[in-house]
Amino acid sequence: MGWEIDPILVTLVLVNLLLLGGSRLVTCIRLVAVQGVLLGILALLVQVGWSPTRAVLLAGGSVLLKGVVFPRLLSRALRGAEIRREMEPYVGYTPSVLLGLAMLALTVWVSSRLTLPLPAASHLLVPVALFTTLTGLFLIVARRKAITQVLGYLVLENGIVTFGIALSHEAPLSVELGVLLDVFVAILVMGIIVHNIREDFDHIDTDRLASLKD
Amino acid sequence: MVSASIVGVLAGLILAPLLGGIINRVKALFAGRSGQPLLQPYRDIAKLLRKGAVFSTTTGEMFGVGPAIGVAAGVVGLTLLPLGGSRAPVAFSGDFLLLLGLLALARFCIVLAALDTGSAFEGMGASREVAFSALAEPAMLLAVGALVRATDAQSLSAAVGAVWKQVWQPSMPAAVLVAAALAVVLLCENARIPFDDPNTHLELTMIHEVMVLDHSGPDFGLVLYGGALKLWIFSALLAGVLVPVRCGSPWLDAVATVIGTFCVAAGGGAVESTMARLRLVRVPQLLVGAAVMAALAVLLVR
Amino acid sequence: MTLVLLAIGVLVATGVAALPVRCGTRAGTVTAAGAVGAATLVVGPALRAMLGASLPGIKRVWSVPLGTFSLGIDALTGVFLLIIVTIGALGAVYGVPYLTRTAPGRRLGVPWCMYNLLLASMLVVVTARDGVLFLVAWEVMSLASFFLVTFDDRTEEVREAGWTYLLATHIGTAFLLAMFLLIAEGGPLSLEAQVVRPTPLASVAFVLALVGFGTKAGFWPLHVWLPQAHPAAPSHVSAVMSGVMLKMGVYGLLRVLPLLGPPAVWWGWVLVGVGAVSGVGGVLFALAQHDLKRLLAYHSVENLGLIALGLGLGTLGLASNLPVMAALGFAGALLHVVNHAIFKSLLFFGAGAVVAATGTRDLDQLAGLGRRMPVTARTFLVGSAAISGLPPLNGFVSELLIFLAALAGISERTAGVVAPAAAVLAALGLIGGLAAACFAKAYGVSFLGEPRQPLAAHDPAPPMRRVMVLLAALCALIGLGGAWVVPGLTAAVATLVRVPFLELQPVLGGDVGRILAAVGALGAFFWVLVLVLLRLRKAVLGEREVGASPTWDCGYAAPSPRMQYTASSFAQPLVELFRGVLHTHHDVAPPHGIFPRTARLATETPEVVEVGFLRPLFAAIARLAQRLHVLQHGRVQLYVLYLALALLALLVWQLGGGW
Repeated sequence: MGWEIDPILVTLVLVNLLLLGGSRLVTCIRLVAVQGVLLGILALLVQVGWSPTRAVLLAGGSVLLKGVVFPRLLSRALRGAEIRREMEPYVGYTPSVLLGLAMLALTVWVSSRLTLPLPAASHLLVPVALFTTLTGLFLIVARRKAITQVLGYLVLENGIVTFGIALSHEAPLSVELGVLLDVFVAILVMGIIVHNIREDFDHIDTDRLASLKD
Repeated sequence: MVSASIVGVLAGLILAPLLGGIINRVKALFAGRSGQPLLQPYRDIAKLLRKGAVFSTTTGEMFGVGPAIGVAAGVVGLTLLPLGGSRAPVAFSGDFLLLLGLLALARFCIVLAALDTGSAFEGMGASREVAFSALAEPAMLLAVGALVRATDAQSLSAAVGAVWKQVWQPSMPAAVLVAAALAVVLLCENARIPFDDPNTHLELTMIHEVMVLDHSGPDFGLVLYGGALKLWIFSALLAGVLVPVRCGSPWLDAVATVIGTFCVAAGGGAVESTMARLRLVRVPQLLVGAAVMAALAVLLVR
Repeated sequence: MTLVLLAIGVLVATGVAALPVRCGTRAGTVTAAGAVGAATLVVGPALRAMLGASLPGIKRVWSVPLGTFSLGIDALTGVFLLIIVTIGALGAVYGVPYLTRTAPGRRLGVPWCMYNLLLASMLVVVTARDGVLFLVAWEVMSLASFFLVTFDDRTEEVREAGWTYLLATHIGTAFLLAMFLLIAEGGPLSLEAQVVRPTPLASVAFVLALVGFGTKAGFWPLHVWLPQAHPAAPSHVSAVMSGVMLKMGVYGLLRVLPLLGPPAVWWGWVLVGVGAVSGVGGVLFALAQHDLKRLLAYHSVENLGLIALGLGLGTLGLASNLPVMAALGFAGALLHVVNHAIFKSLLFFGAGAVVAATGTRDLDQLAGLGRRMPVTARTFLVGSAAISGLPPLNGFVSELLIFLAALAGISERTAGVVAPAAAVLAALGLIGGLAAACFAKAYGVSFLGEPRQPLAAHDPAPPMRRVMVLLAALCALIGLGGAWVVPGLTAAVATLVRVPFLELQPVLGGDVGRILAAVGALGAFFWVLVLVLLRLRKAVLGEREVGASPTWDCGYAAPSPRMQYTASSFAQPLVELFRGVLHTHHDVAPPHGIFPRTARLATETPEVVEVGFLRPLFAAIARLAQRLHVLQHGRVQLYVLYLALALLALLVWQLGGGW
């Protein structure tokens, strides 16, 4: 079992690290799309105790929404906003990657200490899920733009889905689809907001939102 | 057993310049040219060795010592290099570090030879060379660490010999990561695209080439040959990790790995034809990426 | 043991005898004779102790409270005795002509006396078997070296360096005092390795020891005094301080660790972390320096970091019950102690020769010394390659041992061993690469190329030359003959790993011996190849047309030596890359227009721990102390009031029955 999905999991990790080190927004959007497709494949491969329809539905939804629809929306928002195509990090790219490695080591250690209700399909599944979640959080915290925060939320959600796959018996289908829907709506709202902010203020830098605090 | 390993060293000594020829032919193929003859590097070296020399009035003894040390380090390094399942003539625990140390020594001396000319251009090349190789070193050592951890073998020969059974089969991703890290280090250490363009004609953009601008005649021949040996060592190492042939006969293993080495060179040529050179500021990121991949491999292996 | 006592006596006697001597050279000769004499006395017993012979110690009752006058020699002491007397004697021999040239006409009685006192106190430090005696000797060592650092006390910079050093060393000693009180539990403290008392406070004691000894050893971030003090001192003193005195910190750790009982795993992690940070930090700051001796001082931080990596792996091996890894780690650390003593003193001697010849330590001013000072250049080259850990020299051998320890660790299953082992591998790679870059800079810029300005430098006086050649030869010999050197450390390592000597023999003598024999054989093969190639090259070029021309300059018509790459430009890519750590200040006035007049670039890399942490801390303390000034106003009446209040408080406390 492990050897089939391990390559996908490792690719997921690499995609995460590339996201941390990536400087161009377009590349990062594509990377998140790749991550969505990978998750779909993962859901197909890990189907302990699943009905085929469920697996196909989840995989199809994931590939379609995260691999195609979300990236399209984000790219459009990017074009519409006419912003600089760079990530504008608070934490530099190389330190981010090194921090990512540290986070990965931490998650490996944590998941070796964690007792799960049932065995995961691969010893990598849980650390990768945690790592993806942490990467999402890191992107939200350490990058400046609103749009990168959307990307961060997406990655975060991918991590949660991976975790759901790891514990496939626990999370019912409806929950997962619900999460997908949530994110869908969130992206739409974000897209609209980003667009409007851009129209009103000429930039989408969240730093400057802080000036609204009074 | 012994004979095969000694033949392996001889093969390295003889075939090393061929790799440069293969790379050039592949590049010509991609560009739709007929390209230079496959044996052109041999002709270059032979011609240089037959020529006289011109020395800068600034240079001293270091200038001549550098290329000689480069070749000597490469030759000694070859005695530690296994060809796939075919063991090296000398193998002992920790020989990784000696091989890397010898290559570092060669680099150190070439850099000093470059500084001996007092030229700002060569100083610039030397400065970049040491900066990049310093970052390549952790990637290399971590890749070694991953190999050692996966195979439980402490010597280069044993680790490369066991790589198929103990790395590829149980944890393929780790093997891919190690190979990728090694490939990045190979391209960096041998001054290939995307780190350095061996064909560039502008001194300001060169790294390795600009360091040896002032070498001429036999000295330059030695520089070229030393570079070829280094390329051979890295390529054969990568081929040893990549080529899965471990049929028990050292001869067959060695032949398969030598063919694999040529393929690695061809792959290098393909990379060179399809990629552009990286901006200087991106180079460290790629090297850090290689180190991260190797570290990831250490984490993955159990 | 009597011989060592005799040597201490000789050192003190010659030091005192040099005090009244008016002529500097003569004072130096007297003390140097003493140092060499002491060396000849000590080498024998030190070697015998190293090889495992048990030599009788000395124990006398002493009127100091809690103390006994107790001296002893074991294998560990032997190793350190050897480097103290060897480097000490060579430093003295080098120092006489060095000071004659750089400080002509000065009275040198006091500095020379302090020099011998420093050596004598270090001999006592490593032989002391009693806590109080150890601390007394430690303090004498610190004071003697303080007076040596402030040799050039007319310079403001030097005085400041001296004060920083004095302060740092005393903070360290305070921690040591606390540590000794803690493990002695109120009684007298014996430092005999056999006394193992696992106290619950062992971890606290470990941290205290790490801070106390780490201040002396210059571990990051306790190294602040080091890059100030080493350049300030005369070069032969820098050599002894960097090559030997820093190692007293390592010795202290090695002596105290066994007293703390079985180590915890996290001690190993801490040591590995300290080592990695010191190593990488040290070499990075070294890269950013322009001052040759300051650069070397930062490299001491780096090398002590490597030693800490070895100690960390050793401790980790002990804590995780992996005796082979422990043995390899400690052996690597000990061998690096010896090797660093050799190549670092060689490099400081070389830097001294450069200073004596040119009067400057600024790398950006130096170039092209190689042809004018061939002996210095060649020996400095050997030292540079050795400190960069390049084969076939000695630095490589000790790094190989640490590498082997890391390999032993990385094949283990527990994450607590694998992660530090992987960290050591990455750190070794980065440190090695950066050190090579740094010494390519230090050697290449100062000795190669064309002089930037007219220069009448020449090699130093014969004794100085001979000392440098001898040390360079030692670098090469240990590089080739590691197989004979490492087994000599077996007894010392056995006391650290806490296994019988015979159990360790097959590891360090057998396996490692074979590895090092192979390294030596390949090294010899390498030298032969180089010689053959050079001979061939010479023969071939001899019969061909050889021309001479200026260096190719890409068509520029008027090259000048001032256009050569400087040390700053050479280090720029790496300094820029690590600007997040280094915080280098740039002071730039770029050229303007088609015919630019003047342009200027100055860079300075201040000590980040000092500027970023210590200065604010001390400023805060000073502000606090200012507040206390209220109490100190010179009115006698109020002082009497304080006295009365204090007495009253004591009285109340006493009657209240204590706490």
